[in-house]
Amino acid sequence: MRLHLQIWRQENPSASGNLVKYTLDDVSEDSSFLEMLDLLNEQLVGKGEVPVVFDHDCREGICGSCGVMINGLAHGPSARTATCQLHMRTFKDGDTIQIEPWRSAAFPVIRDLMVDRSSMDRIVQAGGFISVRTGSAPEANLIPVPKGDSDEAFDAAACIGCGACVAQCPNGAAQLFTAAKVGHLNILPQGRPERYERAAGMVAQMEAESFGSCSNYRECEAVCPKGISVDWIARMNRDFLVARLKGIQGKTA
Amino acid sequence: MIPAGPLADKWTNHRDHLKLVSPANRRKFKIIVVGSGLAGGAAAASFGEMGYNVECFCYQDSPRRAHSIAAQGGINAAKNYRNDGDSIWRLFYDTIKGGDFRSREANVYRLAEVSMEIIDQAVAQGVPFAREYGGLLDNRSFGGAQVARTFYSRGQTGQQLLLGAYQALARQIAAGTVKMYPRTEMLDLVVEKNRARGIVIRDLITGQVRSHAAHTVVLATGGYSNVYNLSTNAIGCNTTAIWRAYRRGALFANPSFGQIHPTCIPQAGEHQSKLTLMSESLRNDGRIWVPVKTDETRAADQIPENERDYFLERKYPAFGNLVPRDVASRNAKTVVDQGRGVGPMKNGVYLDFADAMKRLGRDTIEERYGNLIEMYQRITGEDAYSTPMRIFPAPHYTMGGLWVDYNLMSTIDGLFVIGEANFSDHGANRLGASALMQGLADGYFIAPYTVANYLSAHLGEEVSASSDPFSRTEDEVRQRTGKLLAANGTRTVDSFHRELGRIVWDECGMERNAKGIHHALIKIPALRDQYHKNVRVPGRGAELNQELERAGRVADYFDLAELMCRDALSRDESCGCHFRSEHQTDEGEALRHDDQFSYVAAWEYAGDGQEPRMHKEELSFEFVEPSQRSYK
Ligand SMILES: Cc1cc2nc3c(=O)[nH]c(=O)nc-3n(C[C@H](O)[C@H](O)[C@H](O)COP(=O)(O)OP(=O)(O)OC[C@H]3O[C@@H](n4cnc5c(N)ncnc54)[C@H](O)[C@@H]3O)c2cc1C
Ligand code: SF4
Ligand code: FES
Repeated sequence: MRLHLQIWRQENPSASGNLVKYTLDDVSEDSSFLEMLDLLNEQLVGKGEVPVVFDHDCREGICGSCGVMINGLAHGPSARTATCQLHMRTFKDGDTIQIEPWRSAAFPVIRDLMVDRSSMDRIVQAGGFISVRTGSAPEANLIPVPKGDSDEAFDAAACIGCGACVAQCPNGAAQLFTAAKVGHLNILPQGRPERYERAAGMVAQMEAESFGSCSNYRECEAVCPKGISVDWIARMNRDFLVARLKGIQGKTA
Repeated sequence: MIPAGPLADKWTNHRDHLKLVSPANRRKFKIIVVGSGLAGGAAAASFGEMGYNVECFCYQDSPRRAHSIAAQGGINAAKNYRNDGDSIWRLFYDTIKGGDFRSREANVYRLAEVSMEIIDQAVAQGVPFAREYGGLLDNRSFGGAQVARTFYSRGQTGQQLLLGAYQALARQIAAGTVKMYPRTEMLDLVVEKNRARGIVIRDLITGQVRSHAAHTVVLATGGYSNVYNLSTNAIGCNTTAIWRAYRRGALFANPSFGQIHPTCIPQAGEHQSKLTLMSESLRNDGRIWVPVKTDETRAADQIPENERDYFLERKYPAFGNLVPRDVASRNAKTVVDQGRGVGPMKNGVYLDFADAMKRLGRDTIEERYGNLIEMYQRITGEDAYSTPMRIFPAPHYTMGGLWVDYNLMSTIDGLFVIGEANFSDHGANRLGASALMQGLADGYFIAPYTVANYLSAHLGEEVSASSDPFSRTEDEVRQRTGKLLAANGTRTVDSFHRELGRIVWDECGMERNAKGIHHALIKIPALRDQYHKNVRVPGRGAELNQELERAGRVADYFDLAELMCRDALSRDESCGCHFRSEHQTDEGEALRHDDQFSYVAAWEYAGDGQEPRMHKEELSFEFVEPSQRSYK
């Protein structure tokens, strides 16, 4: 099929970018969205032009590297799908597709469609772990964990750290990501001892970065490729509140 | 070099006598860890906790994205929670037998031994393994085993284990013991008088080339299946780090031992950039079959039972669909070659859940494999609950890698290699759910001891990146990237990679023979010459340049492909995944020649255009008797 692409090109973080138009022919329906970009890039290189820069690695929806705004939607039109899992059969011959990077103050554009998401790593560094040294763990079956809790912890832990939630949020808030990280550990008995320090620290770090605040638009949940529920945000807020009442200050990274 | 004594005591005795570094001295040592996957992430976090001064590198934008994240099926451990007769011995025996007796007894035994601590550690970190209703850990059985010893997290075991290691790493980054360098690629190793001194890297954002010095360098850079172009590995997986170390004097062991995974989605067309694995846990409940007739045209549900060939169940009644990967893969290839393949390109075999759904109910199947079935639907547009999946083998894992001793140190003093990047534990074939185990064993429970032992002899030494070998190595790196940019030819890097991949797949893939390998040994250097003359890499070196990154990786794959072929040629027997069609039993199984080939082939670089030298590490089996594998 033939596609009309409008792609954000920006040379470096301080340059001003703009949308550039390309027409791409012979795109196979069976190819993935990123394979469509590969095809464009092969043609650009063939013509001696500079290919479009974008992040990607696993190409199976698990590493969280990829992610672009496709016609204004983070990861594009299909539900629970990372950009790399989107297939071109979702589009029609003759479609116009606008492709832009994640837009958020906390994710500066590095080049073209590639952004800097290190702010998310710093949130994890501010308490998104259980403090257990290698070698000091008790026998694995010593602490039973109710299956329900364990399954719920898994639901939260399924977050791939892609940042789509932030990109789609009108405020650029990172609540869904942070809540998933807090929730995964806080629900497990192993994570209980640091429960409030964790919530306090990660929320404080989130606020120290350039993320916006949450006004319950729920757009994050709609675009999340792993279906992380906004219910986790309420749980995080509860833990954060308790931390505050107890006077627990989290440590930022 | 392998500690003496009874098998079960070797590691304990050895560990008891390794030298230590006192807590007060640890921060005086600088350790470089290249890689942040299960092996590198676990090692860097553990070194940090112990108080060393660690620098950790990865090419992705975050250490959490290392390719370990993609592992689906699970991780083995000899916990015997099922009371089904599992033990350290059995896990050891299954692993060494699965490897077709081409690995070291002592290493494999140690792996089985520490497997239990890994599960303890992961659970304490909050890894949400599947549990039973009583709240205790669940297990399942996995390819090549008759006991249920595999721990799993739905279809995301790799992501969950990696998040455990990543979180431990994040804690150390916050504590200041680990400095993380994401978006950074190691392009060379700095060696002075056969001692590893540091690495030369390229900052992938600025393109800056610079050096980092340390007391020891640990490589945890993963596998090289992307030499085939199409594989289940992430696009960025590369051989560059270990290949450069090889060129600086580290021996490369068994380079041609690569595993072809039986359960991947068949290729759909030329445009494809990678192949997707469906966890082989699917083989627990899915039955594999093809039509009896060649050129069958009916849809799967129209083919009656008596016209289906459940070829694995038929040929291997004891193990059925759970035979080891190499056996499953080769048999799938055989039936496809016979013209009995299924799907539009007739390049797959069916994996059918119909019986399991009748027996267990759709809900159970959905709970066990829901995300895999969803993934399949997304890629193929087909619903595996109502029609059988189509699968076919794809390159997946490389057992070969840098040669290491029992301490996981290469032949370069102070260069350690862990995880998939080394050759150590899987022989000629790796059992399912044992790579995660090995990466974490190396990273959490072996390297922390053996690296300390090495460092203890180097207290008080200064490290600095300003000496001669550093600037010389940096210059060589700049020249190399400069040459790729200067070729300014007419073909893209990807087009060369596709062509190279095809050659290696055809001649040094699932089945090899001398004639084919000889061909490949002519074709590869010819194509490589073309590559260096005619590749087109736009842009500059001193900037973000993804084409240049790819070009460097493919250049190294060309050289590696040649070494793989030499290795495959010189091993004139079949074993595990290395199936030389000249050497098979009457039943078409791999036929080993233990009298001649019971060794590890460790290759030494001898200069460009020179034949590499092969060293043999003879394998001796004191505790097990190498048997002809039989899964009948
Ligand atoms: C799809 C798939 C499914 C799998 N499923 C299973 C399973 O169910 N069970 C199992 O046991 N095993 C499984 N495996 C195998 C297993 O996942 C891997 O062997 C293992 O995770 C490798 O871990 P590692 O730490 O050695 O390397 P990786 O996780 O690959 O990490 C490599 C690290 O090195 C870095 N790196 C690489 N090159 C450079 C460079 N030049 N410069 C700087 N950094 C570099 C990367 O950034 C990354 O951080 C699977 C593999 C695949 C591909
Ligand atoms: S919560 Fe969802 S959208 Fe946000 S980072 Fe995690 S996976 Fe991505
Ligand atoms: S490339 Fe890994 S999630 Fe898309």
